[in-house]
Amino acid sequence: MATRLPEAASVTFSHPDPMVPHLYRVLRTRWDTGDTFSLELTPEQSADIPQFEAGQFNMVYIYGVGEIPISISGDPARRDTLIHTTRAVGTVTRVMSKLKVDDLLGVRGPFGSAWPVETGRGKDMIIVAGGIGLAPLRPAMYRILAHREDYGRVVLLYGARTPADVLYRKELEQWRSQFDLDVFVTVDRATGNWRGSVGLVTQLIGRAPFDPMNAMAMVCGPEVMMRFTTMELKKRGISGDHIYVSLERNMKCAIGLCGHCQVGSLFVCKDGPVFRHSRVEPLLTKWEI
Amino acid sequence: MRMTRASTEKSRSQQVIERRDFQLLLDALMAKGYRLIGPRARDGALVYDEIAAVADLPVGLTDEQERGTYRLKAGDPERLFGCGLGPHSWKKYLYPPELRLWQAQRQNGNMTIVPEPHAPERLALIGMRACEIQALAVLDKVLLGGAYVDRAYQAQREQVLVVAVNCGRAGKTCFCASMNSGPRASTGFDLALTEVLERDRHYFVVESGSKVGADVLSAVPTSPALEADLQKANAIIEQTAGQMGRSLDTHRLQEMLYASTESPVWDEVAARCLTCGNCTLVCPTCFCTTVEDYTDLTGETGSRVRRWDSCFTMDFSYIVGGHVRASARARYRQWMMHKLATWKDQFGTSGCVGCGRCITWCPVGIDITEEAQTIRAQNEAKQDTGTRRKKTS
Repeated sequence: MATRLPEAASVTFSHPDPMVPHLYRVLRTRWDTGDTFSLELTPEQSADIPQFEAGQFNMVYIYGVGEIPISISGDPARRDTLIHTTRAVGTVTRVMSKLKVDDLLGVRGPFGSAWPVETGRGKDMIIVAGGIGLAPLRPAMYRILAHREDYGRVVLLYGARTPADVLYRKELEQWRSQFDLDVFVTVDRATGNWRGSVGLVTQLIGRAPFDPMNAMAMVCGPEVMMRFTTMELKKRGISGDHIYVSLERNMKCAIGLCGHCQVGSLFVCKDGPVFRHSRVEPLLTKWEI
Repeated sequence: MRMTRASTEKSRSQQVIERRDFQLLLDALMAKGYRLIGPRARDGALVYDEIAAVADLPVGLTDEQERGTYRLKAGDPERLFGCGLGPHSWKKYLYPPELRLWQAQRQNGNMTIVPEPHAPERLALIGMRACEIQALAVLDKVLLGGAYVDRAYQAQREQVLVVAVNCGRAGKTCFCASMNSGPRASTGFDLALTEVLERDRHYFVVESGSKVGADVLSAVPTSPALEADLQKANAIIEQTAGQMGRSLDTHRLQEMLYASTESPVWDEVAARCLTCGNCTLVCPTCFCTTVEDYTDLTGETGSRVRRWDSCFTMDFSYIVGGHVRASARARYRQWMMHKLATWKDQFGTSGCVGCGRCITWCPVGIDITEEAQTIRAQNEAKQDTGTRRKKTS
């Protein structure tokens, strides 16, 4: 229904269009493992990157190739550079992995929900990551470590396929040497001179030191890993209301309009990607939902 | 006379346009700067396209629809709006099948991104049916009702004038009455017409639904609608409501579907479904889109284009590691569950308006009302067995 008859047929919006990317320049590139790399980016048209929360993601555009959602893996307290870590496995990420310092790419975001790091204050924090799932959890680690005294025990459980696939290795080693952190790393298959734990990340949960009655868990990894991890966490006595997971789905718009990321009645892009486990559990146990 | 005071007042806003003056209504809209879009017969079907004259309308035509069947045929020779819905929906004018979002220019290591300007047109949509008005209301909720709005849709939406037509006949795949979205256009229009065709007189009862509609009407020769005219118009719409070819039982529909995610009915539908996506393309509320990026031959200009997408394609749910909904069973379930159940959680309304297009245009004749009924019957049978078991134990 027409509400009025405007004279001019042009429309301007005061806010920037969330569908239009902003230009970012590559500052640094780094291969973290054989197939996983990090890009450090700086915005072309502003001094600071937009404020983001741990767990949020950006849509990253590679000229002429395409655009994909990638979680932000840098420190939310740092506004000068944007860090994305991803695996070179798809059309876009393969081209992205070949970008050099000073190359330009497009970024729009941040989008989505965040890890509830603030509401976890006073609790034991259990962070469980599988493979590249450590990337969206690293900003949460930074946030917790920046206010370490506000939390109880902080436990990081990390599982990788092989020792060569361990992400952010130097950082993990540094965290593991801290007296106020409990860091356990395990691999599916040991190679070379690996002397650490071998097995699934779920097997670490039984011996992790935390008080289940006063704990919050944040889990990210393949969906099957998150399913079994939450089962183990619940066995230890943490309620599904205090477990958070981050979901991955196909996304084209990131603003709840393209329909691709639906899981039941949820849009992973705007209702997630971080969900309270009790909210999504009935959906995650249904095949192909 | 059963007329109450309220309906007397309402009748004052209703006018009559004689058939011989109908062209003047179109002229008045064009004079106000509107491009007219209306139904036309083309390639053996009713389509929506530009019109300028009464002769452009599907005069004297009607249609025959059934599951997987559509035929135009001769109807009352004089009737202007005797055809029901065709495969097109008005969505294409507000939410185009293909839309460039922006362009990127890259030269000598520099890049600029230029957003596509919104260039909405002043459009008068002639002949929109009640179910289609409801579909527009649904799209408004989806595309304008959330934290993020679709800007191109918003810009075009403000330039649209709706001339509704109350249906004088229901098709065999119609079920708007059970979805509470028709056949009478009760809101969301600027003008609403009811075509009355008698042996010696052919006219339209017109209700204006907005100031703009009333303005347009004032430029057209009309006479005040008499009680007899209104009664005839009402009788036509009521008769249509009683003619619905199909119905969908919406009682506890959402709840019932949520309890049936693992129903064997999905496998049974999947055995017939070709996952062609026709239902999503003819649906007036399906809003899913994808984006495509490409460059020109010089490599200096990159474009992003948004296109209608369908949840029936494999790629729709692709993530590294595989397709989330690889089976036809899962894809049909996603589409139907979205229309009838999850849409309500997301947008507070049903995603289905009962237009019946998905039934008519399904090449294998899958009928959403029938599938919902089958699931309901199975669900109830299951519950019956459950209660019986409880009673015997």
